[in-house]
Amino acid sequence: MLKKIVILLFITCFACFNTVFAAESGGMPQLNPEFWISQIFWLIITFGILFIILTKVILPKISDNLETRKSQILENIEIADRQKEESQKKIDEYEKIILDSKVKAKNYFNDAREKILDDINKKRTAIEKDLDEEIGGVEKELSDLKNKSGEKINKIAAETSAELIKELIGEEVNSSSIAAIVEDQSKINKERKDV
Amino acid sequence: MASNPMYQFNVYRIGPEIKLGSVDISFTNASLFMVISSLAILIIFNLGAKKKTLIPDKLQLLSELSYSFVAKMISDTAGSKAKPYFSFIFSLFMFVLFCNMFGMIPYAFTVTSHIIVTFVLAAFIFVGVTIIGFMKHGLGYLKLFVPSGVPIVLLPLIVVIEIISYLSRPISLSVRLFANMMAGHTMMKVFGGFVISLGIVGGWLPLSFSVALTGLEILVAFLQAYVFAILTCIYLNDALNLHH
Repeated sequence: MLKKIVILLFITCFACFNTVFAAESGGMPQLNPEFWISQIFWLIITFGILFIILTKVILPKISDNLETRKSQILENIEIADRQKEESQKKIDEYEKIILDSKVKAKNYFNDAREKILDDINKKRTAIEKDLDEEIGGVEKELSDLKNKSGEKINKIAAETSAELIKELIGEEVNSSSIAAIVEDQSKINKERKDV
Repeated sequence: MASNPMYQFNVYRIGPEIKLGSVDISFTNASLFMVISSLAILIIFNLGAKKKTLIPDKLQLLSELSYSFVAKMISDTAGSKAKPYFSFIFSLFMFVLFCNMFGMIPYAFTVTSHIIVTFVLAAFIFVGVTIIGFMKHGLGYLKLFVPSGVPIVLLPLIVVIEIISYLSRPISLSVRLFANMMAGHTMMKVFGGFVISLGIVGGWLPLSFSVALTGLEILVAFLQAYVFAILTCIYLNDALNLHH
């Protein structure tokens, strides 16, 4: 449509200008046959040479280029597809390996944990047993010591008191009465401490 | 004389007068621009075809795009049988295109604005297509003038019309290109003359027209080369694939 309008416009313009300027210039130079033969001659020569060189030299090269490019691109696409497949395969393998190793690692970890826990429990029970035994022995000793120490202290206190009194008074006092007094005193002390 | 819009179409001799017998075949400005256009095509496409890189540079891309453009045009209009004529149509398209485009340079001469040039091209195409048609189909090529499905009564009239339209092909083909180029260049010259005669005050309007026309003319230069080539393909299609 646009083409038609443009062509019509130009033909009318051409007609108008032609009638307007024909009178002034004495016609169109195009219709002057003086150089027609020359133009035909040179047209044939230039176009002929152009056609021959294009046909024989240049166009085969361009079509060659296009063909090689096409084939190379196809080849490259093929190679790329193959490589893609291979890499997909490798990725699958890799993922499988990783999954397997994860499972294995988990198993190892669990085994090791159980073993260690067992070990720890065993050792702990053994140690606790030992400790209990030792604690029991020590407690017994302590209670024995405690029970004996009261009597000993009283004895020592009675002896020292007897000595002291002997020194102070210069007489020997009945040791049994001194022991009774010391016992009373230590009882009082004990009560005081307890209070 | 230079202000005459038709002056730009004058052909004049460059260099000495060359005579072949009694015929004048002197080198003219028209010949010069034919040579320039052909050389430009050869240089550009030779540079574009030289390197064989996978990723093309600008010239290579240009030549390859032109190649596939013309190849697509031919296969679309004339089918795969027209492949042997590819190089001719390519040369034709490029020659007309470059002549048109070189004509757009100020002070350059437009080869295709001369009826004799376009007529010789069109006549060559016409004769060639007719020969191809008769060679492919023999006398059966005459069936081109007898469309199928036409009532017998109308047939004589239709045949006469078909023959006239066939014979007028070289004229329509050549006049279309010539008239387009000449009219466009004349109009640009006229508007250019208006710019000068109206001066600094009133010259702006025709100047803007001139600018717009330049763009339009570049479009027309391409379009007419394309039309010329595609009509050649269509005529070739008639000769190669006879289906009327």
